Amino acid sequence: MPILWLFVLVLALGLIGFVLGRMRALKDAHGDIRQLHSLPNYYGANVLFATLIPGFAVMVIWLIAQPMVIQSQVTSLIPERAYTDAGSLNLVMSDVRRVAEGLDVAVAEGAMTHEQARDIRSEFTDVRARLGAVGVALGSNVEPYVLQAAQKYRTLSNGGLWLMTALVLGAAVLGFVLSYLRTNKEQRSRNSVERVVLALLIGAASIAILTTLGIVLSLFSNTIEFFKLYPAKDFFFGLTWSPSFGGGSELGILPLFWGTFYISFIALAVAVPIGLFAAVYLSEYAGPKVRAIAKPLLEVLAGIPTIVYGLFALLTVGPLLVNLFGDGGALGVDWMKGGTAVMTAGLVMGVMLIPFVSSLSDDIINAVPQAMRDGSLGLGATKSETVKQVILPAALPGIVGAILLAASRAIGETMIVVLGAGAAARLSANPFEAMTTVTAKIVSQLTGDADFSSPEALVAFALGMTLFVITLALNIFALYIVRKYREQYD
Amino acid sequence: MNDMRIVKRDVDMNDTKISAKGVQVFYGDTHAIKDVDVEIKDKTVTAFIGPSGCGKSTFLRCLNRMNDTIDVCRVEGKILLDQEDIYDKRVDPVQLRAKVGMVFQKPNPFPKSIYDNVAYGPRIHGLAGSKADLDVIVEKSLRRAAIWDEVKDRLQAPGTGLSGGQQQRLCIARAVATEPEVLLMDEPCSALDPIATLQVEELIDELRENFSVVIVTHSMQQAARVSQKTAFFHLGNLVEYGDTQQIFTNPKDERTESYITGRIG
Amino acid sequence: MSDMTANTQPTPQKSTSSLYDETKRTKRRNQSEVRFKAYGVAAIAVGLFFLIALLVAIFSNGIPAFKQTFITIPVELTESALDKTGNRDVAEMSKVSTFGYKPVVTNALVTALKDAGIAIPFKKEKDVEKLLSSSVAAQVRDTVLADPSLVGTSVEFRLLASSRVDGYFKGRVTRDALIRDKNLDAEHLDIADAMAKAGLMATTFNADFIFGSDASESRPEQAGIGVSMMGSLFMMIVVLLLSLPIGVATSIYLEEFAPQNRFTDLIEVNISNLAAVPSIVFGILGLAVFIQFVHLPQSAPLVGGLVLTLMTLPTIIISTRASLKAVPPSIRDAALGVGASKMQSVFHHVLPLAMPGILTGTIIGLAQALGETAPLLLIGMVGFIASNMPDGIASGFLDPNSAMPAQIYEWAKRADPAYYERAWGGIIILLLFLMTMNIIAVILRRRFERRW
Repeated sequence: MPILWLFVLVLALGLIGFVLGRMRALKDAHGDIRQLHSLPNYYGANVLFATLIPGFAVMVIWLIAQPMVIQSQVTSLIPERAYTDAGSLNLVMSDVRRVAEGLDVAVAEGAMTHEQARDIRSEFTDVRARLGAVGVALGSNVEPYVLQAAQKYRTLSNGGLWLMTALVLGAAVLGFVLSYLRTNKEQRSRNSVERVVLALLIGAASIAILTTLGIVLSLFSNTIEFFKLYPAKDFFFGLTWSPSFGGGSELGILPLFWGTFYISFIALAVAVPIGLFAAVYLSEYAGPKVRAIAKPLLEVLAGIPTIVYGLFALLTVGPLLVNLFGDGGALGVDWMKGGTAVMTAGLVMGVMLIPFVSSLSDDIINAVPQAMRDGSLGLGATKSETVKQVILPAALPGIVGAILLAASRAIGETMIVVLGAGAAARLSANPFEAMTTVTAKIVSQLTGDADFSSPEALVAFALGMTLFVITLALNIFALYIVRKYREQYD
Repeated sequence: MNDMRIVKRDVDMNDTKISAKGVQVFYGDTHAIKDVDVEIKDKTVTAFIGPSGCGKSTFLRCLNRMNDTIDVCRVEGKILLDQEDIYDKRVDPVQLRAKVGMVFQKPNPFPKSIYDNVAYGPRIHGLAGSKADLDVIVEKSLRRAAIWDEVKDRLQAPGTGLSGGQQQRLCIARAVATEPEVLLMDEPCSALDPIATLQVEELIDELRENFSVVIVTHSMQQAARVSQKTAFFHLGNLVEYGDTQQIFTNPKDERTESYITGRIG
Repeated sequence: MSDMTANTQPTPQKSTSSLYDETKRTKRRNQSEVRFKAYGVAAIAVGLFFLIALLVAIFSNGIPAFKQTFITIPVELTESALDKTGNRDVAEMSKVSTFGYKPVVTNALVTALKDAGIAIPFKKEKDVEKLLSSSVAAQVRDTVLADPSLVGTSVEFRLLASSRVDGYFKGRVTRDALIRDKNLDAEHLDIADAMAKAGLMATTFNADFIFGSDASESRPEQAGIGVSMMGSLFMMIVVLLLSLPIGVATSIYLEEFAPQNRFTDLIEVNISNLAAVPSIVFGILGLAVFIQFVHLPQSAPLVGGLVLTLMTLPTIIISTRASLKAVPPSIRDAALGVGASKMQSVFHHVLPLAMPGILTGTIIGLAQALGETAPLLLIGMVGFIASNMPDGIASGFLDPNSAMPAQIYEWAKRADPAYYERAWGGIIILLLFLMTMNIIAVILRRRFERRW
């Protein structure tokens, strides 16, 4: 792994720089640190940074730029007849990369010499078989242009690697030497080191922005791709969801929306009353001992991973509901055909959301000033009258915010619906039928061996985009309400 | 301060409304009130004064059992309202508090309309048979609290939008709307500016025609201005209780004298 | 104020009512108070009931996964079948595949049954092999190849029973259910009962479930969670190494250095929004950016770790900022007052004081990441059999692997109910990890919590 070694090499150079820079500063001050502007370590750190930053910067830029350059160089070798659009070009390119990797492996294992790898022609050699012999399985025979492109790819990336190594080391050494020579006792090394540290801090903080940017770009670009292949109108207003990888899919989002909202609705119908009453009880009635036990226990529900709830829905709640509402069930009604249903997923998701609603509401109820309670109790109101007529109305905006946050959780929840809700996209009012949601379909469209350029896979990005926009809007709105409410009592 | 700004009126001051006998209050291990005996007269303004932390507010909150809401608080001794022990287990604090209303240090209108604030008590206690009855009660209470003219055109506006003095008078209106017999006021003017304070003080003097008023204050001038009886608390003890005039001009206990002349407090 | 006197008559009947009598209305109000309070108690009770139901379901279904039925019999390793040349050359012996070993094991079982006096009610004696897991031939073969000198001797083996037999001893499989099952007949169960009585068959603790690797769809008795545990471990290493420094750096910047400007606002808004983005969206991000764009290997714990890092960052940032905020300004002032730079005051004084809180938040963030499943589905950590332990650090990060929650999901999706038991068992292990992490976090908080 040459890149790793290069990394280590630059790092080592930096550490040597640290020691040398420190020594030089001390020497300049004749060993008397009182004469230095900064503490000796700062002089060392100064050289360290001056070595690492140029080195790593060149490395990162090169690593990002090289694949793009190679891609454009290699693409020119592939005849236009081999691909019809960007999607199949990607497929060809991934073949090229695979063959190139295969050649690398073959060379590394000694099955081929460098020259052979560079010069073999698929016209004369069965490349597939030879690569297969070293454990690189190829899906089909290697076309001549693919092999050529792969060889070009290898040469370019090997050459690029050497060039990069040289440049990176050059930049690092240059930074090392310059900063080392500049080290003297007058130098304000602490200031420059702190500037670098501050820049690092800002860099770290920007990762949040980059992540959002990454999410938006990856969703957006693929969604645009999707809408090129499938009309946006049919996606947003279509009433049928029936993807088929053979083509002719109908990809209407409405049945998925219906399932999502139906399940979320049931979940909230379970979680909101229970969570709210629990919060009221804990904050207004419970003694400190009950509170100290019940509150953390309820919050355990929030710490359990969703896969556990998913399994609980699939294997416990589903069969239980069938025993109650299914054919020959305890209630004598034949409403439920199978364990996976809107009700199953909704109930379990509701359980998951109870602590979410209750702890948010608890915070909000506790934020209502004690003076309100005193005022009401002083007039002779009972506690429940105080809660119902003073505290809850006062806390209402905050509670609405909490419910919206819970709703956004429910809409974005994946594992419970993947395991508990079923896979059929259906527009039905019966809560005991299996339905599916946006998140469950994202999972099913992107797992498996779908080709990422087909509308059936790309639709997942459009679904993700829709999900992202909805949950984001809900969150922003909810946070706005909650913040506004908090300000009222601050 | 001109102590004579409030005109003294003659009111019947002979009936005992509340009588406390040997009251002890504990907050956990802290002995907050030590053996207090006091007789509070009807149709009188009684002021509780004393340095902060002396227990005067605690004692006030015993009178309508607001201390019940604090878990660690324990009350011993007897407090009789019209000869009935309010700590008797047959007594429902809810009913008690309808008879003994309370106004707090900081104005605390509910985040509801002015009308709903005042109507809150009558509604929960079922004092109004109809909407018209309720309108009458609300108007009467707002008039008694001397705030009717200021708010009669905006009864549906939120109570939190009023100024501090108006809010406090609204809270007084809210308290008198349940027709209490005793009105407890816990430093009702401490969060108000001087003008608003004056308005509330005038109001207190008028309220004594109908109610027995107990007011906790840390301002001796205020006690002198509005009250007929004064009780001086110090370190949880009731040091001296008597006519306001006498307490301020001729205190019997030297601790009272020290406090009044500003040496302790 | 002259109108005051007009309406100042106190209501007469009110002043005469005794406090000792509860009025009808008060009674009604008190009843509604009791009801309201009961709703609250009921809500708490329902919440706790669900918690208990969940735990009961997990433990009652999951505990059997830690036990497995084994058949202990002597196996005669006949030279003629396993090493025809007789020179014990491993290279030569490895030419004998598991098919060569199968009859050896089956014969051993038949012999053992006869020795124990257990009748074989089948036309073909060979049918008893259905009692054994299909993995036993490989097990015997591995043992022989590891020590060729065993050939020709009789060695006592502890062989896995098939999952149906195992299920019978655990109560999962009933005789009625076997009527339509081609994998096992009721007669097998009679043999199994007799073997259990004779001490040839026993259900005991199964360490392979905890440390072993996943097995194919048809061999649930062999599947273990060990490999995916390693996958989770490598992922958590990535998450810890990335999210702690980045999270702390971000928090320090925002809490101590950031000026009040648009850029800072932008960061703040982004962090609070990322905290609420559904986890599946992070999976899409990982798929699109790390796999499709950067071409990192699919299913690699490195990619999983990167995705989970991005997901965990907001949690860590939020808790780190809270602990930085809790350090009183006087500490900063004191450091600045003796001539430290702002940077020094933060790194020498504020950060060490905030460290326990930061670590607590990090552990809780890690626990969250450990249990997260949805994003892992999209980066390909399911749908295959995680059967190889990583052989080295680079392989641990880069080779396809599963992770504990993904493995549980994988098992839950398989058709054989024997896998459900393993999924529940996997959950017990996962929850044990989460519990340990949370307890450490609580202890850290208790121990180092400082009241200023």
